[in-house]
Amino acid sequence: MANSDRKLFWGVHAQQPKWLKIILGTLPFVLLLIAYLWAADVRHTENPDDKLLPGISQMVEAMSPLMFEENRRSGTYVFWDDSLASLKRLAVGVGLAYLVALWIGMNMGVFSGMESMGGPFSTFIAMVPPLALLPILFITLGVDELAKVALIFIGAAPVMLRDIYLSTKALPREQLVKTLTLGGTDSAYVYRVVLPQLLPRSIDTLRLNLGAAWLFLIAAEAIASTNGLGYRIFLVRRYLAMDVIIPYVAWITLLGFTLDYLLRVFSRKIFPWYHGGGK
Amino acid sequence: MKISRKLLLAVAAFMLSSSALAANAFKVCWSHYTGWEPWQYAQDSGILKKWADKNGIKIDLTLVNDYIESVNLYTTGQFDACTMTNMDALTIPAAGGVDSTALIIGDYSNGNDGIVVRGGKTVADLKGRDILMVELSVSHYMLARALSLNGLSERDVKVINTSDADIAAAFAVQTKAAVVTWNPPLQQVRQQKGATLVFDSSKIPGEILDLMVVKTNADPRLKKALVGAWYETMKAMSGGGQTQRNAIAAMAKSAGGTEAEFNAQLTTTNMFYVPADAAKIALDPQLVKTMDTVRKFSFAKGLFGTNAKNVDAIGIEFPNAKILGDPKNIKLRFDLSITEQARDGKL
Repeated sequence: MANSDRKLFWGVHAQQPKWLKIILGTLPFVLLLIAYLWAADVRHTENPDDKLLPGISQMVEAMSPLMFEENRRSGTYVFWDDSLASLKRLAVGVGLAYLVALWIGMNMGVFSGMESMGGPFSTFIAMVPPLALLPILFITLGVDELAKVALIFIGAAPVMLRDIYLSTKALPREQLVKTLTLGGTDSAYVYRVVLPQLLPRSIDTLRLNLGAAWLFLIAAEAIASTNGLGYRIFLVRRYLAMDVIIPYVAWITLLGFTLDYLLRVFSRKIFPWYHGGGK
Repeated sequence: MKISRKLLLAVAAFMLSSSALAANAFKVCWSHYTGWEPWQYAQDSGILKKWADKNGIKIDLTLVNDYIESVNLYTTGQFDACTMTNMDALTIPAAGGVDSTALIIGDYSNGNDGIVVRGGKTVADLKGRDILMVELSVSHYMLARALSLNGLSERDVKVINTSDADIAAAFAVQTKAAVVTWNPPLQQVRQQKGATLVFDSSKIPGEILDLMVVKTNADPRLKKALVGAWYETMKAMSGGGQTQRNAIAAMAKSAGGTEAEFNAQLTTTNMFYVPADAAKIALDPQLVKTMDTVRKFSFAKGLFGTNAKNVDAIGIEFPNAKILGDPKNIKLRFDLSITEQARDGKL
């Protein structure tokens, strides 16, 4: 029987039935969890008060007052307050960076005047390591919200801008010729021909840059802050409270994953043609 | 087959030899602070090696540039001993279940930590201001002490957690803010236009102690070697003559400043140059009162972690057999025995 030769895992022609796909997908997670719990157990047998690898129950115990009890001093629910503050900064910083990158990147790709002016400058700016700018941002913009949002913007905008510029340049020149011969104007070409094609591509750009944006957010919050997910991690790091740090990192990962997922779903729904057909 | 067996033997031999080596080699960390610069000098001058050799061990001294990282590394078991303050020794290793001993009381901050404000003259002027500082550090402790000594509380100010590396720069533009920090940033902050020092650690003498902390179950040879090397270094830096000049010059360089700056910082650091002085403060009943204030502050801020049900959860033992907190869970010990041996010249 040919079927018995069919490989399940190894080999370029291997095919996995659905049940195996699910098992394979969860396996690394389970292995990671087992490795963690084993290591935590070893350390706790040696030292019951060990802080480096807290058990699950310790994390629950540490997180529940942060999540479900009002903080005595500030009167807020710390965990949700932190999450909201961070998401706001991320949304404003990345949102502005996206709009600026899309608009300037697209125009640079179409108009050679814009290209000559913005090309060298955007390449130059993209090479500045944003984290190195952080002290300057804090001095010029203060320790309030503005400096944090500006860091995310400066970190994300040039990279997205260059990506969108390159995507615009990659559009076939025939489209421009056809638009103009059919009587279209310059701006009709930009906003009726180029922009619709760039939008789904720009959502991919946004998704790829969210990870970096999180990094800048956490870095800004670590330096001078009164709330936020990064603030809390660097605050409790002072006394090695891994029972708070690990759930916070897991939460940040989950938020990042969810944002990415939502953008993907949004893109599939609005631009089905971009994702290969009418599905 | 033959090759793999040889390889296995080689690996086994290597592991045996490294573990045999490990039993006689110890790792010690320190970070930059006026009162800890002598450690670098102890290493560079050969004093540390001399005392290690005398005790038949090897000591590997490492500078960890980030203070809090050094304390965390000690707590997680990467080092056998490390420099830290009394408050951090209580809230990080001791609260983390690592039985630790304050082996050497090197100095107390006598003005090395301070509160600086622009356009104000007293602690009362802090009311309603943004305060830039490293939250949950000794700075935070000192702010709480300063406020309570002046009839204010933390509710009267707004704390902004700011990294110690950026405090001086941030204060330059935050014209309404106040800062709490330590030297060397304190020196830069004080020099800024319109800045006034409204409170410093000399108003709470002996409360911020700078220690060399070692695992309680560490090899006694390591403890002896560290104490011996420390007091020989202290003698070099205070004994006068060319040796002292060389030692101070080396420490100023290691601290990244001029000799004048380093000497200025030394005047606000109450160094215990001789073991007898360190022994005296360890036996002073004031130490118990200080640690009681420190532990109450720490517990109120949640620094004992979620396992701690009350302020007595962690036991602290003092040389005169006095104990604060749970006697069954002693995790921080002020041990005088080796300092006394040094005092009596028996090391």
